Amino acid sequence: MEIGMNHFLVVSAILFTLGVFGIFLNRRNVIVILMSIELMLLAVQINMVTFSVYLQDLAGQVFAIFILTVAAAEAAIGLAILLAFFRNRGSIAVEDISSLRG
Amino acid sequence: MIEAIFFYIFSAVLILSAAMVVSARNPVHAVLFLILAFFNAASLFVMLGAEFIAMTLVIVYVGAVAVLFLFVVMMLDINFAELRRGMMKHLPVGGFVGVVLLIELIWLYVTSQIDPSAASRVASPVPDANVITNTHALGQVLYTQYVYPFQISGLILLVAMIGAITLTLRPLPRARRQNVSKQVSREVKDVLKVIKVETGAGVE
Repeated sequence: MEIGMNHFLVVSAILFTLGVFGIFLNRRNVIVILMSIELMLLAVQINMVTFSVYLQDLAGQVFAIFILTVAAAEAAIGLAILLAFFRNRGSIAVEDISSLRG
Repeated sequence: MIEAIFFYIFSAVLILSAAMVVSARNPVHAVLFLILAFFNAASLFVMLGAEFIAMTLVIVYVGAVAVLFLFVVMMLDINFAELRRGMMKHLPVGGFVGVVLLIELIWLYVTSQIDPSAASRVASPVPDANVITNTHALGQVLYTQYVYPFQISGLILLVAMIGAITLTLRPLPRARRQNVSKQVSREVKDVLKVIKVETGAGVE
């Protein structure tokens, strides 16, 4: 049985859906929300590389590298904000982040 | 045939570990499942023939991002059981949105087809894999055709680094620091006093 383009696309769709589902499920936990965002970015990356390979165009793989860069930067900044917030409040529950005063 | 078997193994483990990431009770386990998911995604990339992306995925995600997550999870003293309260309340809404999204995406993939003229509008065509390796080919376009986006992504990383440092840096209360203006404005008459000592008498 030949593995075609749609197989990879469906895997990436399921992965993206799991990321969205994880954000809904863990509404209170910022760490798991960040991990869900990483999963969604991974799904987008699989999508891009799949199209790049099956359309014989390297641009998709180049942009997958850029997604990797942005994902790493986002994780670093997100976790730094989380750390600063935890020092101020002693909690990382999302509903505690409603007040603007630091 | 063997390719199909490996594809199904890798994608099944990928999806199962992604499901465990969002539903694990212990966040340390969630991070470890995230690492497993990244490894399987890298295997899928190797199957697709994108070796460079696969290896970068392992290095950047597993080596840096997942370790960062693990670090933060272990460093913060958080009651995770308390954070999971009300999880079941969000399950129906999240499940509904997820199922609708999945059906829409798969429907899109199944019903749509690639424009036959797309092959003539390729931005940077893939060279013959027997002559030039994937990494070599990527380097040839990344440093020429996409050099400005590449530089900008480097700048994004610099901004992220500076941002993370300024957000988390705390001045140490007892740290000794160099005060340059105080050092420069220091003069001899402030610190050195010449005393004429009488013979036979001491100095106070």
